[in-house]
Amino acid sequence: MARITVNRKSHDIDVDPNTPLLWVLREQVGLTGTKYGCGIAQCGACTVHIDGAAVRSCSLPVSGAEGKQITTIEGLAQNGVLHPVQKAWLEHDVPQCGYCQTGMIMAAVALLMEKPKPSDADIDSTITNICRCGTFQQVRAAIHAATNA
Amino acid sequence: MNHVVRMNRRSFVIGTAAVGGGLALGLELQIGSGEAEAAASEPEVNAWVVIRPDETVVIRVAKSEMGQGTITGLAQLVAEELECDWSKVTFEYPTPGQNLARKQVWGTMFTAGSRGIRESQELVRNGGAVARQMLLQAAANGWNVPVSECSAVNGAIAHKSSGRTTTFGKVAEAAGKLEPPKDVQLKDPKDWKIAGRPLKRLDTIDKLTGQLIYGIDVKLPGMLNAAIKDCPVFGGKLKSFDAEKIMGMKGVQKVVRVGESAVAVVADTWWQAKTALDALPIQWDEGENANISSASIAEWLKAGLDAEQAFVGNQNGDVKAALASAAKKVEAVYSYPYQNHATMEPMNTTALYTADKCEVWCPTQNGDRALAAVIEASGLSAPKCEVHKLPLGGGFGRRTFTDYIHQAVAIAKEMPGTPVKLLWSREEDMAHGRYHPITQAKMVGGFDASGNLTALHMRISGQSIFASVRPESLQNGRDPATFQGLNPSGPEAAIGYTIPNLLIDHAMRNPPVPPGFWRGVNINHNAIYLECFMDELAHSIGQDPLEFRRRLMAQHPKHLAVLNAVAEKIGWAKSPPQEIHRGIAQMMAFGSYVAAATEISVDNGNKIKIHRIVAATDCGTAVNPAQIERQIAGSFVYGLSALFYQECTLNGGRIEQENFDTYDSMRIAQMPKVESIVMPSGGFWGGVGEPTICVAGPAVLNAFFNATGQRIRSFPLKNHNVQFA
Repeated sequence: MARITVNRKSHDIDVDPNTPLLWVLREQVGLTGTKYGCGIAQCGACTVHIDGAAVRSCSLPVSGAEGKQITTIEGLAQNGVLHPVQKAWLEHDVPQCGYCQTGMIMAAVALLMEKPKPSDADIDSTITNICRCGTFQQVRAAIHAATNA
Repeated sequence: MNHVVRMNRRSFVIGTAAVGGGLALGLELQIGSGEAEAAASEPEVNAWVVIRPDETVVIRVAKSEMGQGTITGLAQLVAEELECDWSKVTFEYPTPGQNLARKQVWGTMFTAGSRGIRESQELVRNGGAVARQMLLQAAANGWNVPVSECSAVNGAIAHKSSGRTTTFGKVAEAAGKLEPPKDVQLKDPKDWKIAGRPLKRLDTIDKLTGQLIYGIDVKLPGMLNAAIKDCPVFGGKLKSFDAEKIMGMKGVQKVVRVGESAVAVVADTWWQAKTALDALPIQWDEGENANISSASIAEWLKAGLDAEQAFVGNQNGDVKAALASAAKKVEAVYSYPYQNHATMEPMNTTALYTADKCEVWCPTQNGDRALAAVIEASGLSAPKCEVHKLPLGGGFGRRTFTDYIHQAVAIAKEMPGTPVKLLWSREEDMAHGRYHPITQAKMVGGFDASGNLTALHMRISGQSIFASVRPESLQNGRDPATFQGLNPSGPEAAIGYTIPNLLIDHAMRNPPVPPGFWRGVNINHNAIYLECFMDELAHSIGQDPLEFRRRLMAQHPKHLAVLNAVAEKIGWAKSPPQEIHRGIAQMMAFGSYVAAATEISVDNGNKIKIHRIVAATDCGTAVNPAQIERQIAGSFVYGLSALFYQECTLNGGRIEQENFDTYDSMRIAQMPKVESIVMPSGGFWGGVGEPTICVAGPAVLNAFFNATGQRIRSFPLKNHNVQFA
């Protein structure tokens, strides 16, 4: 059993406590916006926030997230209003296939919480998600734009 | 159609009323939104266009969207001819079953080869124009005036002399009942108002909120999840497995043999299935390929470099004689490795099988073939099978194949009535790709005493994709696609140089590793071989690589134009800043002309920083310049990831790389600034998703030589301890 709080809602889940948080979110909580890409914390498609920090949920046992505030991409928009980062993404027409973008957005939001005006170097060292379509040029522009939102 | 698919943006209900009544499901797919399928019951103007009473224009798109923007581009072309209001446009996918039942009214659904737009542009523009004429006719009939006196603008229809107006939404139903006109006039692209503009994509919002449902996200009531392992040695078989060892594990429902070579565990959740599969004792019959290694393959290909027998792709003059009499000869051997597509979304398919029906939900670049795979794997007739295409989390050519669809149906067949989602792990994806083919090339150039290039022999040795994938397309054993970008002429992929004595030939060597179409396909290695060697030739006689190329390109004005464009923009005529070194390359493929110029610096002889990339594309006709720019920029990520990091090596007959830790991909820190020049010269339609990838490598490699004097001829660069700074 695990009790986790996702997007401010509590869930009691019958699950092996070693199950990665990613799969609990996707298969038990039913939030599929968090994606599976590698399972070894390399690609970042599974990025969520735990107590406000970006975490790769594929490599965190659900037991490690108990008692903490988990935010997924589904919890980013408030009352139907897009987060400034999502707005910037829309404005810059960032996604191509889109699969990695939810994780990319979660990483970007965490960066902006830490550093409201990140430099290119900050972006380079913090945003380490893989995008095979190659949206990075738009990602960078959108992050900078979101700081002015 | 023997069932009706009805969807809207917030939910869709599959009301399955199968013929014979064997299955009457009311499945509510838990899909928040996402791509809607064509609703067979919704009144349409024609196959391409549905206009609802609220003026929403639904444009049907038969090609698969995998990020390349084809939905938006094709919708622009339909909307342009339709004369509708772009702000009212949305889209939906017809299903492969509907396409089959309607005698392929939407043409082929195959989406590869940078053909999404160029192959269907005429069909979709015609569809839009026919629909417009039908709408006009319906309005004219209502007013009892000649249709020639009516006009359509922005979704509104007007009869000028009487001042009457109406809208598409008001006449759509009547229009759908009219006989379609046989001949319609298509617009000249110079008159375009919607097409040709840098419009935003139609499919972005759900990608930002996590609401878009990819194949991996499909959820059906009562669905189980499957994890699979195929024999890691290519051509090997499954000998045995001990299901008893894992049947007691939580959630495990069934262990299934899949075909001759794979085993799957079916469980309540995928994580349970994967965990149990990892614990399952499996015996493989590795077969005759168990001793194959990268070294043994390389040895075999090397022998092909000097083999007597080779298929000729491009020949003029007498290369042997010209080389024999050359005043100066230059020779170099290159090689290019196996690479995996590594789509971000691993392979998956959800299948539901009963004796009466088989339905699958899958990401596919090949809707028609996916349906054929379901028919084949289920053993049911075509009307009893259906494919629901989901948006792709990357395609790059991998999802032209249907291996994972076959597997999912085979598993579902073992559990009739229960939907099963098969998902590959990343490790399975690395082990069972359809790899970029492996080749080597021997390049020999000859100069006369005045320093004119008189002869070039390019001998490619290695794998043919067609021999494995499409043997019916071989020409007396020769694979014409091998010579992509090197053909003597033609609208698709012609070489850009005229050389008095030229021979380009291919010694085919097909190792037992399945090859596939890997974004860019054969130009990726062909461009590195040709464009790096052109640089080598130029330097060997002390000529500027741009000037050297220009002299050979007089007969190839379009190739030359893109090369000149990047040279001018990067400032080739002036010396680069201190510590900055430049490289240049050009190629033609997929009907488009592309070139790139780079500026790099190299630290410590091995750390490359790319400061600037200028890339030009002449795709003839540009439907959406903003999306073309994104494809160009993204091509450098795909191409440079391959150049710097990516290689699938074999040991013991199996691929050694298992995940992104050993098969890396570029991050934002390595992303250079890409300046795109979209320069459509008109009169033809070229592709944009793939061509640019092939110039990324040589443009950087040629700059690296300028910086270091080191010519690297085998890849990836990490094998030479050369890396991003």
